[in-house]
Amino acid sequence: MSTPDTMGDRDTAERQTLSREVVVSNSQGLHARPADLLAREARKWRSRIELVVDAHRVDGKSILDVLTLAAEAGTRVVIEATGPDARDALDALGTLFAKRFNELEEPSNHDGSTGHRHVSRGGTPGH
Amino acid sequence: MKFSDFVASDAIRARVEADSKEGVVREMVRALVDAGRITRSDEESIVRAIMKREDLGSTGIGRGVAVPHTKHPGVTRLVGTVAVSPPGIDFESLDGDPVHLFFLLVSPPDRPGDHLRALENISRQLRDDTFCRLLKAAKGPVDIQHLLEEADSQGVAS
Repeated sequence: MSTPDTMGDRDTAERQTLSREVVVSNSQGLHARPADLLAREARKWRSRIELVVDAHRVDGKSILDVLTLAAEAGTRVVIEATGPDARDALDALGTLFAKRFNELEEPSNHDGSTGHRHVSRGGTPGH
Repeated sequence: MKFSDFVASDAIRARVEADSKEGVVREMVRALVDAGRITRSDEESIVRAIMKREDLGSTGIGRGVAVPHTKHPGVTRLVGTVAVSPPGIDFESLDGDPVHLFFLLVSPPDRPGDHLRALENISRQLRDDTFCRLLKAAKGPVDIQHLLEEADSQGVAS
């Protein structure tokens, strides 16, 4: 099945699937805001992006799909990218996970649900 | 997690009167107060907390759906309700479209997992166009309640 012509080679390269395992490390998990950031970043790339958690595989470019993962902190997610810019897409998406989606560590306390607290325990004062 | 695990059926509103983002949040929180799910003294701080969360980024997740939410010590388990705005409301949603379907969630502090599982259920069901269309067309809270029950039991087949 080898196709020595250059067209075939390029075609093969463009269909190559690269993957990377990442961990959800923000304490609130993949809730609405990080899911939006993730899908938004995924849509910037031509490659097909899929996220896999155990047997659950979803379209990384759809926020609704990403939310159905219900991925809590500590969940291992495999990002799969298939297409011409797969490597760069994986780098960009991996960075989002590494940066914890720029989440404040305790966003719901930041939102002042008790009316007079700012940031609470375990805080990251610089944020 | 199923809708019946967190949706207060007597707080469902099929036609919200509000025509603004804060207005619909207020109306839904009031519905939870009237249904006895949250105490009146927490009403204002819950509304404020939800609006502050919206300032971090709209929970209008697209497809005419929003999931306004907060954590609050005034609840000991996840409570939520559903509302429909037939004309739609500008919720600064991620895709810019007006929002017709609202799922409002209030969860106890330190239970992010419950919140995620509720979001999982809502988003999974909302991928079904038929479910969305029928919800928007609901004539009253009982219709909505039935749709949620149907989704809980099998998904709304198209």
